[in-house]
Amino acid sequence: MKPFAYARPGDVAEAVRDVAAEPRAVFLAGGTNLVDHLRLGVARPDLVVDVRTLTSREVTDLPDGGLRLGAASTNSQVAADPRVRERWPVLAQALLAGATGQLRNMATTGGNPLQRTRCVYFQDVTTPCNKREPGSGCSAVGGYTRYHAVLGTPGALPDANAPETCIATHPSDMAVALAALDAQVQVLGPAGERTVPFPELHRLPGDDPSRDTVLEHGELITAIDLPALPVGTRSAYRKVRDRASYAFALVSVAAVVTPDGELRLALGGVAHKPWRATRAEEVLRGQQLTEDAVRAAIAAELAAAQPQPGIDSGNGFKIPLVARTVLATVRGLLPEEQS
Amino acid sequence: MTDLLEPRAIGQDLVRRDGELKVRGTATYAYETPVEHPAYAHPVQATIARGRVTAMDTAAAEALDGVLAVLTPFNAERLASTEDAEYAVLQGQDVGFRGQLIGVVVAETSELAREVADGITVRYEEQPHDAELSADRPDLYAPEQVNAGHETDTAEGDVAAAMAAAEMTLERTYSTAMYHNNPLEPHATTALWEPAGDGFLTLWDSTQGVHPDRAAVCQVFGLEQEQVRVVCPYVGGGFGSKGLPHANVMLTALAARALPGRPVKLALTRQQMFFLAGYRTPTIQRMQLAADSRGRLSAIAIDVVEQTSKVKEFAEQTGVPTRMMYASPNRRSTHRLAALDVPIPSWMRAPGECPGMFGPEVAMDELAEELGIDPIELRVRNEPEVDPETGKPWSSRNLVRCLREGAERFGWSGPRAHRDGDWLVGTGVASSVYPTMRQATSTANLRYEDGRYVAEIGAADLGTGAWTILPQITADALGVDVADVDVRIGDTRYPVASVAGGSSGTNTWGSALVVAAREFRTKFGADPRDGDEASGDVDQAGQDDTHAPYAFGAQFVEARVNADTGEVRVPRLLGVFGVGRVINPRTARSQLIGGMTMGLSMALHENSAWDPRVGQVANHDLAEYHITVNADVGEVEAHWIDEHDPYVNAMGSKGIGEIGIVGTAAAVVNAVHAATGVRVRHLPVTLDKLLTALP
Repeated sequence: MKPFAYARPGDVAEAVRDVAAEPRAVFLAGGTNLVDHLRLGVARPDLVVDVRTLTSREVTDLPDGGLRLGAASTNSQVAADPRVRERWPVLAQALLAGATGQLRNMATTGGNPLQRTRCVYFQDVTTPCNKREPGSGCSAVGGYTRYHAVLGTPGALPDANAPETCIATHPSDMAVALAALDAQVQVLGPAGERTVPFPELHRLPGDDPSRDTVLEHGELITAIDLPALPVGTRSAYRKVRDRASYAFALVSVAAVVTPDGELRLALGGVAHKPWRATRAEEVLRGQQLTEDAVRAAIAAELAAAQPQPGIDSGNGFKIPLVARTVLATVRGLLPEEQS
Repeated sequence: MTDLLEPRAIGQDLVRRDGELKVRGTATYAYETPVEHPAYAHPVQATIARGRVTAMDTAAAEALDGVLAVLTPFNAERLASTEDAEYAVLQGQDVGFRGQLIGVVVAETSELAREVADGITVRYEEQPHDAELSADRPDLYAPEQVNAGHETDTAEGDVAAAMAAAEMTLERTYSTAMYHNNPLEPHATTALWEPAGDGFLTLWDSTQGVHPDRAAVCQVFGLEQEQVRVVCPYVGGGFGSKGLPHANVMLTALAARALPGRPVKLALTRQQMFFLAGYRTPTIQRMQLAADSRGRLSAIAIDVVEQTSKVKEFAEQTGVPTRMMYASPNRRSTHRLAALDVPIPSWMRAPGECPGMFGPEVAMDELAEELGIDPIELRVRNEPEVDPETGKPWSSRNLVRCLREGAERFGWSGPRAHRDGDWLVGTGVASSVYPTMRQATSTANLRYEDGRYVAEIGAADLGTGAWTILPQITADALGVDVADVDVRIGDTRYPVASVAGGSSGTNTWGSALVVAAREFRTKFGADPRDGDEASGDVDQAGQDDTHAPYAFGAQFVEARVNADTGEVRVPRLLGVFGVGRVINPRTARSQLIGGMTMGLSMALHENSAWDPRVGQVANHDLAEYHITVNADVGEVEAHWIDEHDPYVNAMGSKGIGEIGIVGTAAAVVNAVHAATGVRVRHLPVTLDKLLTALP
């Protein structure tokens, strides 16, 4: 591993200043992904700034009935919090669907959404990857695409040599639930504080696949707020994967149904970012939430989906799998008489 | 016939003698060997799949503080023998597969060695590579023989004519994936050359056989056996991948030779194991079955296509079990290989039998379905009276008893499919088989010492139980309490022992121990004196060549498929085996359920996703190469019948390390078919292969 300097500053403001001042600096929280990357050579920072003890570990009530998750609260802690389990079960379920007990004890609220893709080519420094090494090309196109995107991609077979090509998916389960919940991300940066709506935190590859989020260099997540939900709201997370535990999602679904029948829907394992299914939500707006309506809505969402060919028949199976999983998940949230 | 030992210690449920050390974390593994002032090595690997290394820029690396040696094809010493191309590390500039060893950095810390190794700039003359297996390649060839010395092709009667004449025929193609052994303990070595002269080499190496390991190293370095000691008391799993040393051992010895007097440690990373530690070839199996309407086979044939490396040939004996499993007058088996620019395949738990019982056992289920016959009954109707391959009588063959008892225990009768809420449920069965093998070489030494009997033999315990069961065998052979017996293993200072492979360890080493014990009693009687000593060779043990020795078994599976998503769960695996006399039920059960669980893993999860464009396994780490985890494993039951076999050895035991993985994947596929109607002929059974058939 490349030698780096390690700093543990006195407060978050100092940490932000340290990272902002050094172009090759990174924040370290739980380290469950970054430490792997240091070993693999995927991340080669000059300076590692440890913020784990600087941000809050607390989960606190907000005046409007919401909940603030301090950036250093752990995934285990949030998943076990009775308030989260009762009022935002989709989040507790998503957290418990991710990783393993040991990893969840280390992983944090601030760090989990910023983990990077598990695209096998991104993680192997001997193969070209636009995300890891901008301009080097995309090895995933036509390769091992089982865990890759079907939404938000430029086409069925993007140009592997183009510098903007990236068909990676975001791996976090937690992030899919937070996208469905319209969580708010509290950020401290060199220019001060700002709030980023969670669905806008992650980005599509655009012309720069190396950037996963809209955060600027030196910006630090200090907390994530869960907005209050109307009483009687039901929510659930369903993760479909290749083995029963300790595997990333092939597809996952976070669904929130409010008492007046509004569906909020986010998908995991299908795009470069946690995919808020806004098209499906629009189609359903004002409609009775029936199975047929949901089926039609998800079909509209998937109309633009692009299967990626590749090893072991590629990932075209994700398109029907998303539709089936959304339907099964929403069915479980509907009142008896509607399902 | 052999006089079987009277079982007193044999059959007892004794705890593992090495268990406490392992639980406490004080058992010493190869990389942890306490040595003075070790140095650390990290390999440089080729990043092309075919071509030549034309230059390596090592000047900056060599100048770094803390870097002790940088070896490349351009400066490494010439080895005494390059006959085995896998072992000819750094002996030439040619690259035969991606990930091949092309250098090594030795440094004061492992972190520094790794960083420097990864930073060395290599220039190549790259050539187009050829790394994609298919059954219709024009360059498939027949190897001279297949693994374990089996014939490449066999034929009897006329399969084509039988197929043309039969009331029912079945022709199907099945395939198994590429698999990597992935023992928990990586391939690791600590090597120390004593400084003086030609020196003496000590290797603390994670191996399934210290003596075979030593023999290979001696040949490569041109050393006498007396100049090399290999030590390996504990092994964190091998599954065949440590059966013979791989190139990493030679590289470590080479690196240590550059630093005489300084121990050098090298442990492969998990990622490197996907290039350097062997793997099971993918197999393509074309099956043909012909039968009458009652299910009596008139033809059985398997034509196998698989891959090897251009660097070194390994031909998995996939077609072998089809030769002896069921009765049929017309039979054929063939093996064809594609030699590719790929890493070198090797042994993985039950080479031959494991992949080779997939196609046939799914085909038998398909035939049973076509004929409307219960799949157990179909197998019973094709039970051969003698070994169809050799014509010899069986030493014991209790497949039918295993099937019947398994059916009873599992609750086989009744419908094979039903729906339970969101889950489609089905059951499946398949047969298991594994030959009972004994190696030609092994010697045990037995000494009376301070009132205890101490046996020494260079055997290996991969987690199998050898530390525990060899004393049980020795105690019964001596007629003493097992508590009075110590057996020392895992060191070439002890008498020569064969590899722990082919499920032959207990048979081979146990037989040598029995000979030694009998010799000891003959020489010294029942009341020996301190220092009395005798030895025994396995070749002095009686060997019956007039019978065909095999273990058999039957595996039953309940599979549940989610009706919405196609996710597969297997809440129940049940196996019944005929494995002769069980030496220790605790370690035996562990071997059998371990094999079955690995078979479940093969059925549902394991798949080295080969990227032929790059020439490597795309998912080359344990996050992405999925091995069945606890949450995937429900009830796993292993039972054995009371089986008396007087022909196999003095213990009456058959090998049990591998039979558990044989047949499991077929039983899973057959159960999933019952649940969904989908016959998954290409492993693994992943949900995408089931989606279109779901309600």
